[in-house]
Amino acid sequence: MADKTAQIEETDEGTILFNVPLPQNVELLKDLSPIVLKQPYHIDYIHSYGQDSPWFAGLANKRLLGTRCQKCGYRFATPKLSCMECGGDCDWVEMPQEGKIHTFTVCEFGSEEFLKETPFILCLVEFENFNTLLLSRLIGVDPREASLSWVGMKVKAKFRRNSKFKPTDVYFVPA
Amino acid sequence: MRPVYGVSGGVSKFKKARPDKTFQAIVKEAVVYTLQDIGLEYPKFLEIVDGSVASYFSDHFTRQLMAGIMVQDYLGLTPKPSHRVEGGGATGGLCFQEAWKSIASGDMDICLAYGFETMSHVNTWKGNEFIALASDVSFDYPVGGFYSGYYAMMVVRHMKEYGTTVEQMAHVSVKNHMNAYHNPYAQKRQKLTIGDVRGAPIVAWPLTRLDICVMSDGAACTLLASEDGLKKIEKATGKRVNAVKVAGIGRGTDAMRMSDRPHKDVPLLPHEKESDYVGKRFVGGKLKYPGIHSFRAGRMASLNAYKHAGIKDPLKEIDFVELHDAYTSSEIQTYEDMGLCRYGEGGEFATTGETFMPGIDYGLKLKKEPVCPVNPSGGLIACGHPVGATGLMQAVFAMWQLQGTIGKHFEDNKLQLKNPRRGAIHSHAGTGTYVTVSILEKN
Ligand SMILES: [Zn+2]
Repeated sequence: MADKTAQIEETDEGTILFNVPLPQNVELLKDLSPIVLKQPYHIDYIHSYGQDSPWFAGLANKRLLGTRCQKCGYRFATPKLSCMECGGDCDWVEMPQEGKIHTFTVCEFGSEEFLKETPFILCLVEFENFNTLLLSRLIGVDPREASLSWVGMKVKAKFRRNSKFKPTDVYFVPA
Repeated sequence: MRPVYGVSGGVSKFKKARPDKTFQAIVKEAVVYTLQDIGLEYPKFLEIVDGSVASYFSDHFTRQLMAGIMVQDYLGLTPKPSHRVEGGGATGGLCFQEAWKSIASGDMDICLAYGFETMSHVNTWKGNEFIALASDVSFDYPVGGFYSGYYAMMVVRHMKEYGTTVEQMAHVSVKNHMNAYHNPYAQKRQKLTIGDVRGAPIVAWPLTRLDICVMSDGAACTLLASEDGLKKIEKATGKRVNAVKVAGIGRGTDAMRMSDRPHKDVPLLPHEKESDYVGKRFVGGKLKYPGIHSFRAGRMASLNAYKHAGIKDPLKEIDFVELHDAYTSSEIQTYEDMGLCRYGEGGEFATTGETFMPGIDYGLKLKKEPVCPVNPSGGLIACGHPVGATGLMQAVFAMWQLQGTIGKHFEDNKLQLKNPRRGAIHSHAGTGTYVTVSILEKN
């Protein structure tokens, strides 16, 4: 049976329109200001760590892992399961938990997600007998006292008690 | 391969925001300018052009997939061939080289390379986040990584190993902003002092806001042609084309994660010797390369392009360079990669005056006369960096420089070099993951 009084539901949310242009004379339309809308955009993204997953499992157990090429022995301090030097497959190896600051910066700004954490210190850590570096956070020094003398500083790994399964589950402090 | 020529180019003004037009219409501005400059009627252009290459970096900024085809149809270029290229900050340089390939291979006689980015649709910090997604999202981005931070870490190592100073970096900012003062297409036209640059707020230590380029909305395009293509254009316009020869292209790559960059020997340019990189001034007595202080992709791209163009000693044989100065620090690092000076000497080289423009007062004491002006247009730092357009903008400014038409396009002759024979353009992505170098010559 037909319902002639049917109505679409009216809701509260809507577009915020900053301009509603329309002159009598449509020939003038080209001169009007543009309509600019704000459109919220949120997604839940399903990210897999794939072959790198054991590294994150290692952090949850307070162990820092790297990889070593089965063929040429090249050692990666940020895990790589395929060797960049020879194309060989790599095995997991335990890393030392002490290293040196190879370089760093103090971030006074950042991408939006990390703005609330500023100022924070990013550093690349080098480890004895490993050919590559690891990007991490450095805490325990005053970001206002940044100086080149921090390069070469001995640091040691610390782990979050409650793992978030992110690379920030490990961070470094002066050794 | 066939010789390839740059015929014409156009750039929309780079601005913080262009809400008045969608990306298609902004590209059209650059295309219309390109055609008007050589007196080619639009319908005639549609008749003789064989195809195009589209250049834009981030689908996140447009929130529109396949934006390239939307430009193609807006321009009236459908159903002719096209494809999109993407390689971060080097997207525009890759686009220029793909158009070159289309012609050099014999596939096309006339090819349009167009690029754009409209970055104003999100705030700066969200934009930083979008760009940071062009770093490893398992290991780098989640640590708080963003590009100013990555480049800051690179230059901190450069400073530690070579003694490079923040004042040397500030010279680059003063130079490029001052050059842009005479470029009406530039987003920022400022007369600055070293003190202004160092006094600006720090973004990532030691880089200040004035060491870093800004996000931008804009478009640029170039029209490339074979010898047959030139004849077709000349027939269509009834005028001689003031063409520029693309004498060589080169490209290189490196690992996305800086942490993965190895330590090896420097791939030498023809004018360099192994002994240049051995000695007490290097940590451990020998330069460990590229490490994170140098861009191996930039060296590779230079090697390829110089070989292609027959360049043996770049500083002597190249009259100017439009290079990717997203950071003052990366301009200094790039001097070294391109062989304008040796590795480790970029900081000092930035202050000698050799990279400055003749006839412009920078308010600085410079010891030497200009030899090879770098970023005569003002570069990314002052012009802005609408990513997909940037590498093409460099191509356009370099073409105008070689055509001797800067005065006409800028309505100011200050930035026109006297009879330049050869220029290089250099486009660079994500801490040096993709780098292109292309060599342009007066025909
Ligand atoms: Zn291997």
